[in-house]
Amino acid sequence: MTKSELIEALAGQLPHLAFKDVELAVNCVIEQMSETLSAGDRIEIRGFGSFSLHHRAPRMGRNPKTGEAVSLTAKYVPHFKPGKELRDRVDASRDSFKIID
Amino acid sequence: MALTKADFAERLFDELGLNKREAKEMIELFFEEIKSSLEKGEQVKISGFGKFELRDKSSRPGRNPKTGEEIPISARRVVTFRSGQKLKARVEQYAGAK
Repeated sequence: MTKSELIEALAGQLPHLAFKDVELAVNCVIEQMSETLSAGDRIEIRGFGSFSLHHRAPRMGRNPKTGEAVSLTAKYVPHFKPGKELRDRVDASRDSFKIID
Repeated sequence: MALTKADFAERLFDELGLNKREAKEMIELFFEEIKSSLEKGEQVKISGFGKFELRDKSSRPGRNPKTGEEIPISARRVVTFRSGQKLKARVEQYAGAK
């Protein structure tokens, strides 16, 4: 499922809203999630999961093409921990559905 | 303070003028739609944000870290998240004051 398919699916379930508003709303939610994480704050959605940042220590890396050593600075990376409901639902249906893109 | 569903709904109300009930419904459906897609084995790719992927793991031997007792970990399907380039770049700039 892609973002546009998600928008279509939501629009189908929200017939009282204009398609354009559903599109704006989805983009608004995604932007708010990105902003929150970029500011170093957590996101917690019960039953879905939580997003937080994980710290990565500075390290020496290598340019894979030239083999040259490069020093990489410390950074933060986004992390998602699925909530219990999502974990349980996905696992319970694994025999009924193949994984598809 | 962590961001919750109420904060998302609040912003839909402020920015898009959805009424409180519509905003709440939209947020509930947004996360439910992603969950039900994953439940049906369908991975979810949100461009500019990231991809919710599925992985089938085979069973493996595990251990109770407290007692040291061996307990098998059953085969299962799990959800993983891979952040997109755009989100990674934005988050990397965070200097870490919190």
